[in-house]
Amino acid sequence: MAVALNKPGGTSEHTLSVLVDDQPGVLNRVASLLRRRRFNVDSLNVGASEQPGLSRMTIALHGDDAETEQAVKQLYKLLEVRKVTDLSNERLISRELALIKVAASEDTRTQIREIAEMFNARIADVAPRSLVVEAVGSVARIDSLLDMLRGYGIKEIARTGRVAVARGVSGDN
Amino acid sequence: MSSATITPAATPAASATTPAPRPYLGAHALCEALIREGVDLIFGYPGGAVIPLYDVLPSYEPQLRHILVRHEQWAGHAAEGYARATGKVGVCLATSGPGATNFVTAIADAMLDSTPLVAITGQVGLPMIGKDAFQEVDIIGVTLPITKHSFQIERVADIPRVVAEAFHLARSGRPGPVLIDIPKTTIVAPTTPSAGYQVELPGYRPTMNGNMGQIKAAAKLIAQAQKPVVMAGHGIAISGAMEELQAFVEKADLPVAFTLHGLGTLPASHPNAIGFMGMHGHAHVNRAIDECDLLITVGARFDDRATGRTDMFAPKATVIHIDIDPAEIGKNVRVDVPIVGDAKRVLARLAEVVKPAERGEWRAAIDRWKIAPPVPEFSADEPGISPFKVIAALRAATKGEAIITSDVGQHQMWAAQWGAYEAPNRWISSGGAGTMGFGLPAAMGAKVGCPDTEVWAICGDGGVQMSLPELSTIATENIPVKLMILNNGYLGMVRQWQQLFHGGNYAHTPIGAPDFVKIAEAYGILGLRAERPEEVWSVIEQARAATGPVLVEFRINPEENVYPMVAPGAANSQMIEGDPSAVE
Repeated sequence: MAVALNKPGGTSEHTLSVLVDDQPGVLNRVASLLRRRRFNVDSLNVGASEQPGLSRMTIALHGDDAETEQAVKQLYKLLEVRKVTDLSNERLISRELALIKVAASEDTRTQIREIAEMFNARIADVAPRSLVVEAVGSVARIDSLLDMLRGYGIKEIARTGRVAVARGVSGDN
Repeated sequence: MSSATITPAATPAASATTPAPRPYLGAHALCEALIREGVDLIFGYPGGAVIPLYDVLPSYEPQLRHILVRHEQWAGHAAEGYARATGKVGVCLATSGPGATNFVTAIADAMLDSTPLVAITGQVGLPMIGKDAFQEVDIIGVTLPITKHSFQIERVADIPRVVAEAFHLARSGRPGPVLIDIPKTTIVAPTTPSAGYQVELPGYRPTMNGNMGQIKAAAKLIAQAQKPVVMAGHGIAISGAMEELQAFVEKADLPVAFTLHGLGTLPASHPNAIGFMGMHGHAHVNRAIDECDLLITVGARFDDRATGRTDMFAPKATVIHIDIDPAEIGKNVRVDVPIVGDAKRVLARLAEVVKPAERGEWRAAIDRWKIAPPVPEFSADEPGISPFKVIAALRAATKGEAIITSDVGQHQMWAAQWGAYEAPNRWISSGGAGTMGFGLPAAMGAKVGCPDTEVWAICGDGGVQMSLPELSTIATENIPVKLMILNNGYLGMVRQWQQLFHGGNYAHTPIGAPDFVKIAEAYGILGLRAERPEEVWSVIEQARAATGPVLVEFRINPEENVYPMVAPGAANSQMIEGDPSAVE
């Protein structure tokens, strides 16, 4: 298959915004499809959308354009999938939330707080031997924050994976 | 799968007293919803979770006929055979747990071959779900990737909606299997009769009309092409586009190659029909595709058995792809002009706008590459029975008017090569899944669906041993199918691969078999056998004359191979055309 299709540009990151019926089993169907067709998913996020009865999934995956096009078409075959937008071709805003529990002592607590401030992150919890840093930003920015904190000893990380919307255009209300 | 031992009994004696009026239950709602969808036949098997459904089912007979099979898998394939022969939705019914899991292969088969199938499975009662109850299996979860869609009916009031949606999904767009899982609590819940349900599925709107700009672009390419070939697939049969295909290819004078399920979409006797393509396709057909400058693929998904190595498939061709499923466009091969739509509508428009043409020279060139088809003449001088000549004999005897079903393997490919089908629903085979055992139950379903048509199942001695117990169903229900067993004592296609590609290591392919004629007799049906070439014709004639079911065994040459053949992973242009010693 690979050789028969035009695949200019190799693999790249794609962000799909998928509007789905808010029904039991939808996540299962989407996940099953992505596994079955061997799409490379980096993260999958689901939550309420602006429309009642519909949820929005943000699926971050990497692959070439042909693979991503297949993913979009296959998703559309699911009855519960209403709309799939490949945000990769648009200007998009994408954010991830991370909660990072870092080992902290009296000596290091201030340093960690300074690092957090540089990333516009806040301290969500303080304990005698740890801090929880709450950060919101692009995936790359969260990665940089983690690099900065790693030396202090990271005890736990919870990341949401990215959520995304297309930027507004001029004249857009 | 019964949960209790049930002694087969005659029709229960009617109660002497007038029974109290029975409440109207989910079971009634289900049967009536099926009848509203035009269902007249269910292949099924009772068991614990569906006993209350079977309690009311007889009250809808004979309008809703139930045929008791001997294993749920064959109920599924019988429903597929019925669907493929009639164009209607096939229905199969099983209980929960093992009954439901026995459907899995049939559901997968229907998915890969786009066969409209509604599989109904019982389920343990709602409060028991998730408790690992007796005969509880998450059949929705198990079948998630092999169904077009699936439903579990939690509320009895949803039965009319779910059944209407299930049938709409199964039969429309690109057809496929839909599973309805119905918990016992829903089956026994009281409800009220329904007048029906108007299906509204906002997330499901198949594109029917092809884009006119694309259709015109295709017509322009066809007008410019010197050596065009049409690749006709199953989608033409499904949408009933045979007349439109014929009008189109006659007007533009296009040669037509067939995929396995495309066989018969243009009658084999039509001058533009060139033959079967792919791994065991006719050499001249693969050569035509190899040479063509324009490939017009209609209702086919570029399966690897049809294309061989895709990077060397139709290497000189611009590709037009017409398919109702947008996900098939560009999935396996690069496409230049995609047209998403229903084959019938797209071909009708294409036939209107395409320029008339004469391509006698190109078609004559393809004809010159043809080898002569086997002649069904047999003599006592031959060392043994040549299986493809048996196929040719059956074709000659039935004049292409019989429905032929098959299992999977050598016999299937011989039947595809030399069956010369005149209509697509005359050839019913398991293509995508390649399910052994498919032929006999599929013939059973086809025969019940088309009682006035002669129906033959062509099987090998391996596959037929998988579904042989269905002879009991065939005998009990007196379904007069004709079962042809081409017995070579091997799992022949695997043996052929072992011979050609694994140094003749015949690991576990010699396979024993019972005395098939005695087996037939044990089931109370006619059994015949041909051991010598000179017996072939008389045995075929005896089988054709039989009014009831009949089994015919042909002892064929044990190591006869299917040629031509494209080696797995090779290009269709690199065919092995004969004797294996030549390639070793």
